[in-house]
Amino acid sequence: MFKDVTLGQYYQGDSLIHRMDPRVKLVGTVVYMVSLFLFSNYYCYALSAIFLLVVIILTKIPIIYMLRGLKAVLFLMVFTVVCNLFFTPGEPIFKFWILKLTMEGIQSAIYLMIRLTLLIVSASIMTLTTTPNQLTDGIEKLFKPLAIIKLPVHEIAMMMSIALRFIPILMEETDKIMKAQTARGARFDSKNIIVKIKCMIPILVPLFVSAFRRASDLALAMEARCYHGGDGRTKMKPLKYAGRDIAAYIIMFGYLGIIIALGLLRVFGIY
Amino acid sequence: MPIVTDHLTLVYGEKTNLKTIALNDVSVKIDDGQFIGLIGHTGSGKTTFLQLISGLIKPKEGTVYLDGEDIFDRNFDTRVLRSKVGIVFQYPEHQLFEETVFKDVCFGPSNLGLEKKEVELRAYEALKMVGLDDNAFYQSPFDLSGGQKRRVAIAGVLAMKPKVMILDEPTAGLDPAGRKEILGLISKLQKEQNITIILVSHSMEDVAEYVERIIVINKGKIALDGTPKEVFGHSEELKSFGLALPQVTDAMIRLKNQGINVSTDVITINEAVQELSRVLR
Repeated sequence: MFKDVTLGQYYQGDSLIHRMDPRVKLVGTVVYMVSLFLFSNYYCYALSAIFLLVVIILTKIPIIYMLRGLKAVLFLMVFTVVCNLFFTPGEPIFKFWILKLTMEGIQSAIYLMIRLTLLIVSASIMTLTTTPNQLTDGIEKLFKPLAIIKLPVHEIAMMMSIALRFIPILMEETDKIMKAQTARGARFDSKNIIVKIKCMIPILVPLFVSAFRRASDLALAMEARCYHGGDGRTKMKPLKYAGRDIAAYIIMFGYLGIIIALGLLRVFGIY
Repeated sequence: MPIVTDHLTLVYGEKTNLKTIALNDVSVKIDDGQFIGLIGHTGSGKTTFLQLISGLIKPKEGTVYLDGEDIFDRNFDTRVLRSKVGIVFQYPEHQLFEETVFKDVCFGPSNLGLEKKEVELRAYEALKMVGLDDNAFYQSPFDLSGGQKRRVAIAGVLAMKPKVMILDEPTAGLDPAGRKEILGLISKLQKEQNITIILVSHSMEDVAEYVERIIVINKGKIALDGTPKEVFGHSEELKSFGLALPQVTDAMIRLKNQGINVSTDVITINEAVQELSRVLR
């Protein structure tokens, strides 16, 4: 049942983007997201889309695979687009009951759709090309300076990596439990909502039991290996910037600069 | 209730870069009342095969016939399938969820749409069959020991009165006494109730001692199929699949290589004792 969800999954590969330092990818994704929300202007969007396309080609991951990630958030997208269509104030061109369709609404719905699509695809590029471990390593290193204000950076990163690590395990477990209960005659295809909720009990109870069991096993295993938090802990593979990472930073901020320039020119009415 | 699989094929992750053929063109017939051992290396496709014949996953190609009826046919009633084919997964105690042992065992039969009385009768019988004490019936299943939990889980499937019972490594993680108990129970069921048993095991000793037919799966295909003696006669092939022989068979082969004239088609300890006393006389 979870086969089709590609959002947040890692796609094995050996491309330039895969090998890049996770910090670059994290900062890059944030920069890209910011660039999407700076201006509402089709020229900027076109540039962003081209930029994203180039990155996708560099990852060597089939585009279809990435677009499948959109399916998971389809409902959210449709919902926000519809809301924007009908609830944006402006000149109504079509009125029905409390709903009114405005020119401004159509405009902002289109903007929103472009933004969301690019946003989700860019976020899934990051997770598709970065293993959860690399990702948390990157986050830990990026936020290291915040340790000065007593933020438990290492602990947060550790919790994140454990949580991410457990997602596939728990999914597999859910699948197994569902199959076991199906074999005992449980039916999950009922249309009746109350029956449906009742059907969840034979899945959720064993799932929670196993999650707690795994958590306590893991805690024990970590303690047995003398884990005591982040102080004085060293890394087996410390993150180090390579030439390509610096080049990527330059390209990234160059891109942001061009977007800002393009947007400002538009705002001042130069073109 | 013979089960016939017809060119079963299943592929995982077909459109991704992690494509694996889990099962490749498997055709086999399983007769009534047989005690079958299914062996194969980790990842050979055993579990996939079990899930297919119990109708939990759909094949890419081919199908499964239960009593001559196609179980993947749109008009086939899955309830009939569930009541006839029971499957006990690895670590079945992980599927327990009710407040009491008794209620948990009732879950299966009540899903079959039986009357309350019949459900409770079956649950009681099943719990008796697996040899659980009466005073454990109304305990929480989570308070029981590992071996007891497993027996409760097996009772949960038994209470559905299946004609075919599939067990995926039912003795994994149990101590020797617990293993013997579970295997003895399964063997008793097969003999007394004439239930077809399909047992997956990594212990060649267990397989050699209990089953009457062994099916070896390797890389998604049936590699060997025959009586234990026939299958364990192919020692070189088994080794190439990453499987071992029963220890006594291995010992006999080594004795023979040392020039002692023993027969090597010995698979259980009792047979080994007889054979050795014959040679040493």
